[in-house]
Amino acid sequence: MHYYNYSIFDFLKSKELKEIPFNIKNTPTIDQLGLIERAAKFRTRSIKKEAKIQGLKLALNMIDLTTLEGKDTVGKVRQMCYKAMNPHEGMNLPTVAAVCVYPNMVAVAKETLRDSGVKIASVATAFPSGMSNLKVKLEDTKMAIDAGADEIDMVISRGKFHQGEYNYVYDEIASIKEACGKARLKVILETGELGTADQVRKASDIAIYAGADFIKTSTGKISPAATMPVTLLMLEAIRDYYLKTGKMIGMKPAGGISDSKTALHYLVMLQETLGKEWMSNQWFRFGASRLANDIILQLLKQEKGIYQSGDYISKD
Amino acid sequence: MAKKQNSFSLNFDTDWNYSPAPESTSHVEIKEKYDLFIGGKFVKPKSGKYFDTINPATEKSLAKVAEANEKDVDSAVKSARKAFKPWSELPASERAKYIFRIARLIQERAREFAVIESLDGGKPIKESRDIDIPLAAAHFFYYAGWADKLEYAFPNRKIKPLGVAGQIIPWNFPLLMAAWKIAPALACGNTVVLKPAETTSLTALKLAELIADSDLPEGVVNIVTGAGKTGAAIVNHPDIDKIAFTGSTEVGKIIQRAIAGTNKKATLELGGKAANIIFEDAPIDQAVEGVINGIFFNQGHVCCAGSRLFIQESIKDEVEKKLKMRLETLRIGDPLDKNTDIGAINSKGQLETIEAYLEIGKQEGLTSFQPSYSLPKKGYYCKPTLFFDVSQSSRLSKEEIFGPVLAIQTFRTVDEVIEKANNTPYGLSAGVWTDKGSKAFNLSSQLKAGVVWANTFNKFDPASPFGGFKESGFGREGGMHGLEAYLSIK
Repeated sequence: MHYYNYSIFDFLKSKELKEIPFNIKNTPTIDQLGLIERAAKFRTRSIKKEAKIQGLKLALNMIDLTTLEGKDTVGKVRQMCYKAMNPHEGMNLPTVAAVCVYPNMVAVAKETLRDSGVKIASVATAFPSGMSNLKVKLEDTKMAIDAGADEIDMVISRGKFHQGEYNYVYDEIASIKEACGKARLKVILETGELGTADQVRKASDIAIYAGADFIKTSTGKISPAATMPVTLLMLEAIRDYYLKTGKMIGMKPAGGISDSKTALHYLVMLQETLGKEWMSNQWFRFGASRLANDIILQLLKQEKGIYQSGDYISKD
Repeated sequence: MAKKQNSFSLNFDTDWNYSPAPESTSHVEIKEKYDLFIGGKFVKPKSGKYFDTINPATEKSLAKVAEANEKDVDSAVKSARKAFKPWSELPASERAKYIFRIARLIQERAREFAVIESLDGGKPIKESRDIDIPLAAAHFFYYAGWADKLEYAFPNRKIKPLGVAGQIIPWNFPLLMAAWKIAPALACGNTVVLKPAETTSLTALKLAELIADSDLPEGVVNIVTGAGKTGAAIVNHPDIDKIAFTGSTEVGKIIQRAIAGTNKKATLELGGKAANIIFEDAPIDQAVEGVINGIFFNQGHVCCAGSRLFIQESIKDEVEKKLKMRLETLRIGDPLDKNTDIGAINSKGQLETIEAYLEIGKQEGLTSFQPSYSLPKKGYYCKPTLFFDVSQSSRLSKEEIFGPVLAIQTFRTVDEVIEKANNTPYGLSAGVWTDKGSKAFNLSSQLKAGVVWANTFNKFDPASPFGGFKESGFGREGGMHGLEAYLSIK
């Protein structure tokens, strides 16, 4: 049932609170120091030559090119969409995976991207704070979906989470998932506000069981945003769920990943944690605005042997 | 907690292969032939003999190394004796400066030392680069700091250096073990005759070059190379005051017999068969990583390796499945490649020893697991191996294998696992994985082992003492405790 066949009011009245289908007290514990140590080891991998070129192209193809600012305009979004389809002229590069915008910019993106294959992701649910009620969040989601969003990036209610109202958080995600229809749902945990690794694991499990297609670290509005340790522990939550159920969940680290080397190390971590099946933009995304240009710079260096001036690469 | 795991598994084949990333050897200088370092100079061996030191990854000779006989050892001891008085009477702060200078020089030449350590011993460059060499420098720095503060370490006691120390070190951490031995000895005012293991002499000889460059007074450090006979000549030399040995329990026993009835003091750091214990409340993913690090670090050539794994039975399936998956992502191959996780077995002899144990496991009918990738064609390599449901009486859980082989057992209660973990002649180290602090503290006092790690494994620091219980030896190295081994204390 998709709620938008009815009025939201009817939907909310008729719906039952969904219960978390596992015992939250049994969430695996995480040793934070061990986690950080393990994540640091991926950074010692040396990715050179062919592997570097292949990895960078893959990383470019996994980017959700993002603009989420109060000053976003039609012109800005159109420029970014063009960049998404043609990262750099004359280089035979893949497109990025998606653009990520606010709901009121989805239509603009849709009109520019057409059938390029680049997906449209829209943040929703009172992004970035999530400080609103379910009704508003459902409306927000509906607005993005109606405008043609392929993917919804929602935020969880961190306040409720800290209050221990896990079931509320779970139910909210499940409701938004239902509202998404065919659109894929990315659930932003805003790990920078959750405090500990244990809490991030708990939130990951809640999101996954509630129907997230992707779990995502951050809004990009809070520091710290994505880090390798926090991404690793979310990948491990995805792995545990897969080993139990056989269902794949995607991962999206977002915010703070701006250089090629870091992106390659995330891919190393992905490959060595979840394996081959996850190595595509179907299952992994980088939420980033500046990363694409650094990848282009590095690929140009590989091609020409020297670093080009940043002035040769479009800043959109 | 999930009781049974189903058949879903991850696919670690890859379309994205890392290109070879070998560390450059262009900055490394290895001579064709190395003599003995006695009295501050390289001198030809009286034995007239040299032996080859082999790169275990290529099976080719890297250099020829002098073989010291009794006469050579005697001149090394004489040189150390001659240097002892002026060295021990030097103001302690001056001694400290020399030790500090050695530390700095090691840091400056760290890349060269790391490459040679990997060439000569087979260990992955990322380990020699990130662990062996930095820790060796850290030990010299640490003990440089103690040299002029010894009276604060032993307040109201009279202390003096012992004299000439004979030091015999193993092949698993060649430069690091040299640092463990030399740094505290010098800080306390002793002089030394050091013998590296015969398969890994090169970094000790490079250290000799470095010591010559440091202007350390002649004869304070003497380095003689050779095999067991050379070691025996050191142990039996009448003018040596102290024996410091790291190596097998078997040789340790021989040494103890040899020095019985003499005035020689001794510290022995011998074998181990450490228990790594995972409770059901442990952080599982970090524990799995710790188990991997515990047994496959340095190809398992680690005296404190966590070679016995005890898993609480309720989480057996999950832990074993995750261990297998993790093994598939370990990269084995060229020790000089920066992406290599597991390098070459140190020598042909050691590879044969390990293979004999694999055969024992097979004959006992144990279930085992090895990753699916293939080994390099040339060189001494061994796949990391897990043995499941190993019994307490099996040779695999009783004897030190010193290779990448893990014997896995299960347990039900705390008392049971303490009893099993302590049921070994060894007692060097142990690991405990639990989210509960009280459990970790209880285990750390109950386990008869010199080091008990909680929620980590194989962590070393110069400030932390290291050493064994029972047949894992006696005496402590590292930390303030490490000074005692090189002082006479009244």
